[in-house]
Amino acid sequence: MFIEVSVELSGAQILVQSLKDEGVEYIFGYPGGAVLHLYDAIFQQDAVKHILVRHEQGATHAADGYARATGKPGVVLVTSGPGATNAVTGIATAYMDSIPMVIISGQVPSPVIGSDAFQEVDMVGITRPCVKHNFLVKDVTKLAETVKKAFYVATTGRPGPVVVDIPKDITDPNIKVPYKYPKKVTIRSYNPAVNGDKEQVKKAVDLLMAAHKPVIYSGGGVVLGEASKELTEFSQLLGYPITNTLMGLGAYPATDKQFIGMLGMHGTYEANMAMHESDLIIAVGARFDDRVTGKLDMFCPYAKIIHIDIDPASISKTVKVDVAIVGEVKNVLEQMITLIKDHKAKPQKKALEAWWQQIGQWRAVECLEFDRESPLIKPQFVIEQLYAVTKGDAYVTSDVGQHQMWAAQYYKFDKPRRWINSGGLGTMGFGLPAAIGVKLAFPDADVACVTGEASIQMCIQELSTALQYKTPIKIINLNNRYMGMVRQWQEFSYESRYSHSYMDTIPEFVKLAEAYGHVGMRVERPEDVRAALEEAFALKDRTVFLDIITDRTENVYPMIEAGKGHHDMKLRVATGTSTDRELA
Amino acid sequence: MRHIISILIENESGALSRVAGLFSARGYNIESLNVAITEDPSLSRMTLVTSGSEQVVEQIIKQLNKLIDVVKLIDFAENTHIERELMMVKVKTTDHTRNEIRSLAEIFRGKVLDVTASTYVIEVTGPSEKLDAFVAAIAQETILEVVRSGPTGISRGEKGLSL
Repeated sequence: MFIEVSVELSGAQILVQSLKDEGVEYIFGYPGGAVLHLYDAIFQQDAVKHILVRHEQGATHAADGYARATGKPGVVLVTSGPGATNAVTGIATAYMDSIPMVIISGQVPSPVIGSDAFQEVDMVGITRPCVKHNFLVKDVTKLAETVKKAFYVATTGRPGPVVVDIPKDITDPNIKVPYKYPKKVTIRSYNPAVNGDKEQVKKAVDLLMAAHKPVIYSGGGVVLGEASKELTEFSQLLGYPITNTLMGLGAYPATDKQFIGMLGMHGTYEANMAMHESDLIIAVGARFDDRVTGKLDMFCPYAKIIHIDIDPASISKTVKVDVAIVGEVKNVLEQMITLIKDHKAKPQKKALEAWWQQIGQWRAVECLEFDRESPLIKPQFVIEQLYAVTKGDAYVTSDVGQHQMWAAQYYKFDKPRRWINSGGLGTMGFGLPAAIGVKLAFPDADVACVTGEASIQMCIQELSTALQYKTPIKIINLNNRYMGMVRQWQEFSYESRYSHSYMDTIPEFVKLAEAYGHVGMRVERPEDVRAALEEAFALKDRTVFLDIITDRTENVYPMIEAGKGHHDMKLRVATGTSTDRELA
Repeated sequence: MRHIISILIENESGALSRVAGLFSARGYNIESLNVAITEDPSLSRMTLVTSGSEQVVEQIIKQLNKLIDVVKLIDFAENTHIERELMMVKVKTTDHTRNEIRSLAEIFRGKVLDVTASTYVIEVTGPSEKLDAFVAAIAQETILEVVRSGPTGISRGEKGLSL
């Protein structure tokens, strides 16, 4: 795999060979003027497979989905100008969720940079605030090393997207230079932390042993850091309640008795109440996002806080913590597990019993119950059925809005990397291309894209990509004829003035799916949901678009409204009150 | 509180914009910023003056350290240091103000760098407050231009900012 003997290659060949040597399986891209040399080099080999998308945003989300599902970096190739700017939404999406990606963008030839040339845009400048780092390649002899650096930066420490902007002359097929892909690179100014400070770890363990009302609050860092096994062992060793953030779902098995659900704005009653009443929070690879904390000065008022994170800048950014541990969560959890096992104290048995009893009372509120007698299809019911039909073992991607929250609440993820959604940036249009990326990585797995009729239209063109590369995914379109989450906020905060949260010309999705060469099905009655899902998943080699007509007035509960604390949740008032028959 | 942060950064194109962009994107203050190459041509040294609560300054330092191009930095608020800023002031002169301005410049250990029939250019170097005091001491209506470098700083003794 590694070329030891130095050979002479053009810049275009160097890029492709570097990707090969880096072990890249797929690149997601779209050709154009500035990358024609590169596309010609791609054409002349077949080790790196190119997936042609229909819009560059789709390329970034597909690469992102691939990265989230596999843990390997996603790779994107776009041309200069509009190709580059179209990729920005996907780059920002990956940045906010710390997803390792390398984005290769073409640039106009070096001599004309800065002259407002055709399809010129300052990609390095535009992406600077939404990448971990970016490079402009000025010398073809530095290209291989720059690609290696890009992968190194993207995948180590707190991962993130890295852009490599390559002017067209750098890839000139007529200019050949010696090629050698570096085995290793070091960057003197970049040294991510590995292990946690021993003293801090000890302090944290002492606090853990003394806690009466502890809560483990874990986030996406555990998934990214491959620390799910360690988190599970750590939690079960202590016997403490554990809640996951939206990004952390699956890092701890959702079906386990210690799991108290997701926390935050649409978290469970028990998770949010436990956070509020807790005397010790241990945050593991989580970043105290505003959707998690609610109003900051009411956040965990009685708790001491321990925070484990690989990024020092995440610590005490919004919430001041008592014990900070900077390091890879996997290593820090291992350090803690060893200390806990050897510790002379054991968890406070009596206090813990009382704490679990209290949590049991909060659980008894059954905050996720919904109207099961409704003649309309309840979106929550669809997710429950999806969970049953896929035996809880599917990869589930989602778009952004109500359907995303319902998928997070009702699909019980037991494994990491199964739940794939845009948490930080909240990018509508993410789900479909992401599902294609996942399916390419795991062709034998069930891949479902839970979406809504508004989100799906943001990247609908990727249905064409799904056909071309035979990625049979199942699109679960919770069609409520509203931008549901916008409508919900308008109902709660704007006296139901539904300003532009409704579209009165929604396409016939069944026909649309068929036009793209897929199977379309429309489901209108609750009793047909199960059979439709079974039929869709039985069609192993077809992409199926399930257009499920749901109760359009359904809201996501519980909800912490903006400016409120964890203990101040809006719960469903009573079941069966939210059907709006007239509009349905 | 005012903080002077001195940064060693890779001498690469765009490095300055990464720092400036970080400050504008996150809403941090920049009072002044200067940058120039060091004895090692691969490194630039930047001196940045900012202000904010302790929590904000802590975040600024962490965010700066997170930039891949930043090699090392030091916050002078935590170290004894020497601070110098250079200023040039162009003033209008007449026959009977010339002497007064020159003696004022001498009090501030300033130098007259350029003389014409109707102007002086005076150089003053020192901590920023001294420069403020000099500007305040000259008759305001005589000032034509003021240009300041922004402070640069270096720590005292063996402790400092180097690789």
